[in-house]
Amino acid sequence: MEERLKVIQDRIREKAKELLSNKTVDLIIGFGEGSLPLRTTIRFIRNPGKVDRLIWNSFCENNLSTYLHKLSQSKVGLVVKGCDARSIIALSLEKRFKPNQLFLIGVPCQRMVDRRKVSKAVQGEILQAVEEGDQLIVEGEGFKKVLNRNDFLYPSCQVCVHRTPIQANVLVGDPVEESPLIKTHPEIIEFEKKSPEERWRFFEKETSRCIRCYACREVCPMCYCAECFVDSSNPKWTEKGLSPSDLEFYHIVRAYHQTGRCSGCGACERACPMDIPLTYLTQKLNQDVKELFNFETGIDAEAPPPLSTYETEDKQEFIK
Amino acid sequence: MGNGVEKNWEPKILAFLCNWCSYAGADLAGTSRIQYPPNIRVIRVPCSGRINPLFILKALQGGIDGVLVSGCHPGDCHYISGNYIGRRKSVSFKRFLEYLGFEEGRVQFSWVSAAEGGKFSQVVGEVVQDIKNLGPAKRLVKSRQVGSNP
Repeated sequence: MEERLKVIQDRIREKAKELLSNKTVDLIIGFGEGSLPLRTTIRFIRNPGKVDRLIWNSFCENNLSTYLHKLSQSKVGLVVKGCDARSIIALSLEKRFKPNQLFLIGVPCQRMVDRRKVSKAVQGEILQAVEEGDQLIVEGEGFKKVLNRNDFLYPSCQVCVHRTPIQANVLVGDPVEESPLIKTHPEIIEFEKKSPEERWRFFEKETSRCIRCYACREVCPMCYCAECFVDSSNPKWTEKGLSPSDLEFYHIVRAYHQTGRCSGCGACERACPMDIPLTYLTQKLNQDVKELFNFETGIDAEAPPPLSTYETEDKQEFIK
Repeated sequence: MGNGVEKNWEPKILAFLCNWCSYAGADLAGTSRIQYPPNIRVIRVPCSGRINPLFILKALQGGIDGVLVSGCHPGDCHYISGNYIGRRKSVSFKRFLEYLGFEEGRVQFSWVSAAEGGKFSQVVGEVVQDIKNLGPAKRLVKSRQVGSNP
């Protein structure tokens, strides 16, 4: 595994250098070493001499397609995982890019490790983390622990069946096997077991922690509206305060606006500083869209988004 | 309010009716002197495809006990496909609300044509009965902290 990651990293750098040198792209967006263990940062590289700053490991969790909205004038090379490539296809369907504006360096993904789960598994601060094969070795003051990385994956990564980027211009690794580690998102199963009353209470309790920093919105590649419904003052859909009702309103609409557009990358949940679970909402919508309209986001670059089209045979038993 | 329902509680129901069919259907019910419960407040919209899920949430937040969205029958849309598009939004949004724990029946949908005054009165009767069985809306209601019945 470690060897495989190293090979991918080298090939990303090689490709990035080539693309920058022959001016195919103006800019490469990729992952760089983070200032803390278990973290990576985003690198914007314009100089072919600096491609060594790009890295690849199991913490390259961000969905970099988010950064494209401010780069409409540049030709961009982007390091993408399976989910990121699906966001790109979904965004292209919404005409967010010019043709040939992007060059996708696709990385068949090894599934990403949830740093929060790792931090919870040890006592004290982690000062160093190394990947070796399927093991994750974390060290801190007075402890060293060997963890099995597969026990610490993000739920969205566990259920992922599109790890190899679709429609990437180049793949820097061999395509990986597309079978989920678990079939359904564990939080959805848990949530659906509850009664409607309990479900609402859970949702109410979790959203009550929200501080409305809008990190979930900012990090989402699909949230690009010039004016978000929460910022609109005419019509004023929702108040700015932290009243439970407004928080719930925001979270229902934020999730629902992803219907048929969410690639399930899980960036919203990772960005949340209050640890509010969010993917049990969006992944459920993805499931519904699959079931109702037989549509999966970002798989087919021609299929129109499900809510902007229709079939005369659509389900309507619920209509009086 | 406690957990009980006030003795003479009557639900407030918001009905979004499309201009071309259901609104005309409601009008026909009126001109034909067909009786239906007075619990509904009607908002006329150009098409059932015009319904933004935000409208429904905003209504529930403001203290409405039930929402009815009604449009033309499939194939009859004045704008050819507005009700088909609306139907997709409706089914996904309704499912999502129920997943979150909203009671089934809090938000309802119907097809009522301009010739169906009788059906309109029947639909309204059913919706009002359903909402009465469910009781006052509690989820998402803005004024619920002060415990008043909106």
